Amino acid sequence: MKKLSILILILSSAFAYAQTPEEKGLEIAIEADKRDQGFADSSSKMTMTLKNANGDESIRKMRSKTLEVQGDGDKGLTIFDQPADVKGTAFLSFTHVLDADDQWLYLPALKRVKRISSKNKSGPFMGSEFAFEDLSSREVEKFSYLYLKDEAVDGEDAFVIEVRPNYKYSGYTRSVVWISKEKYQPLKIDYYDRKKSLLKTMTVSGYQQYLGQYWRPDVMVMANHQTKKETRLDFADYKFKMGLSERDFNKSSLKRAR
Amino acid sequence: MISKMIKTAVSCALLFGFSQVKAGEWSGYVAAEYRGFTQSKLDAEQFDKSSLSLSFEPEFYHSWNGGDDSFTFVPFARWDEHDPQRSHVDIRELVWLHVAQDWELRVGIDKVFWGVTESQHLVDIINQTDLVENLDGEQKLGQAMLSLSLIKDWGVLDLYVLPGFRERTLPGKDGRFRSIPEVDDHTVYESGAKDKHMDYALRWGQTFDDWDVGISHFYGTSREPRIIPTVTPAGLRLVPYYDIINQTGLDVQATFDEWLWKVEVIHRSGQGETFNAFTGGFEYTFVGVMDTAADFGVIAEYLYDDRGSDPAVAFDNDIFVGGRLAMNDAASSELLFGIISDVNNRTRFYNIEASRRFGDSWVLSLEGRFISAGSMGGPFSSIRKDDVIQLELARHF
Repeated sequence: MKKLSILILILSSAFAYAQTPEEKGLEIAIEADKRDQGFADSSSKMTMTLKNANGDESIRKMRSKTLEVQGDGDKGLTIFDQPADVKGTAFLSFTHVLDADDQWLYLPALKRVKRISSKNKSGPFMGSEFAFEDLSSREVEKFSYLYLKDEAVDGEDAFVIEVRPNYKYSGYTRSVVWISKEKYQPLKIDYYDRKKSLLKTMTVSGYQQYLGQYWRPDVMVMANHQTKKETRLDFADYKFKMGLSERDFNKSSLKRAR
Repeated sequence: MISKMIKTAVSCALLFGFSQVKAGEWSGYVAAEYRGFTQSKLDAEQFDKSSLSLSFEPEFYHSWNGGDDSFTFVPFARWDEHDPQRSHVDIRELVWLHVAQDWELRVGIDKVFWGVTESQHLVDIINQTDLVENLDGEQKLGQAMLSLSLIKDWGVLDLYVLPGFRERTLPGKDGRFRSIPEVDDHTVYESGAKDKHMDYALRWGQTFDDWDVGISHFYGTSREPRIIPTVTPAGLRLVPYYDIINQTGLDVQATFDEWLWKVEVIHRSGQGETFNAFTGGFEYTFVGVMDTAADFGVIAEYLYDDRGSDPAVAFDNDIFVGGRLAMNDAASSELLFGIISDVNNRTRFYNIEASRRFGDSWVLSLEGRFISAGSMGGPFSSIRKDDVIQLELARHF
């Protein structure tokens, strides 16, 4: 028995030695995914502060709910509270691993639910520097991975991996992600546009651990290097395992989301 | 009518426990509107040049029982400088909603929208059009209802009991956008119950992957009046006549990436000759046009109504072509424009709508509507001098 485990140890270390950067990148992504599984459902309040190159600010407030879906992308419902003219507008999305996402928008003035095109992945979310794809669920199969190196971010040890989208209509050719070795969550992401030049950098801070397992940030800052605009996204009131179900994520619940 | 609405509203409020409403939230808007007419009036009694108007729509919302019960109250008021018929108040919503695991119940006054197409809304029938608000017919009057939604694996089934009917609001003799002469206020109903006829409706809706499908049926007082020329001792009058109709509707949208394919079909009997009408087409969206964050959508729809010979039918054989530009900027700047052209004659209906936000709470919108009425006696001939440019500044809270 002892011999066997030694053999396994030797083999696996030999295997680790032979691991390609692609395999190591994928391994990190799978581990990050595994550590975040089982949260069932979550909700949070978000405040977005948009800042243009002149420093003028405008504020958006919204609440979001997420339902974890095993074997596919998560379901999400976002309700807008501010600015006042979009209050009551709500957005429902069923994300899928590689297929196009299903998205519906509820317009309260007309009481109209509109199924919308999901080709807008690269489009700005509420006029901010965040694109829809930056905020949607990150399933392992949506990207291909390449381990680059280890490098600390503000003294926190991290893996640096290159991530390329496998889905259609991404606004990025690739991104470079610094993943905390402790939390297996991104600390920083550099996004490269379709012309392969550096477009944006997101820095993520204020991670707290919930239910002894799930790390969630307090702040994400997205800086656009080309337009000099910046969006700060503050999170509050994280909740998990509230007993949400499919019933809370359909067109009927979208219509009455408040 | 209004006093009746208020009476209904108050009794609803008492019935569903206004006393339970401890703290709620207010939101809404107040807006000032300017309408400039580029052409002289067609009828001597109409106002000329321009008009000012103010509107106010607050909303009160309160929920309890962990969100399973809620109460919404949305009154609306408009004052118009020239047309007393356009100065009006309404209760858009006064509704108690109860949500359970697989059903929802609404009791009170509410608004319901059905449909998918952009150029017109054939299937949408629950609420009466508040036509004095806007020629596009998208503003609706509140409708008293009891509505039960069953949310099942096989789809969502909405059942409606609609006690009481609201007449379509129409411009008065001083107003623009009207027939000549103006429509009389001596409304005639097919039903002996007049505006107290009990109407019923149901709709089944389901999503099949990329397809969203709805089938609906309505029985009751037609929301669309037939305008009957009547000779009276005082001369010729146009009398609105409301039939009892049956209308079956189908709405389908297929969403394939940047392509949205949309169809609405109705079959209506009881309103003169039985007829069918169709609206269908596509919207194709170019995402990130010219390396900007903006999206541009091209919309094309065909509008058909087999009452083609009836001059009261606006869109019997028409093509709509339009565009929608969303800047996706911090000000939410948007532009929508389109032309509806009659295939058989030279009637054209041009439409442009643009809006953007200023600061956190101001929204400025611009609308332009221009009519080139081909033949005399056509559906637009009495409003052919009513080209309008409208500016609205709204403050949301």
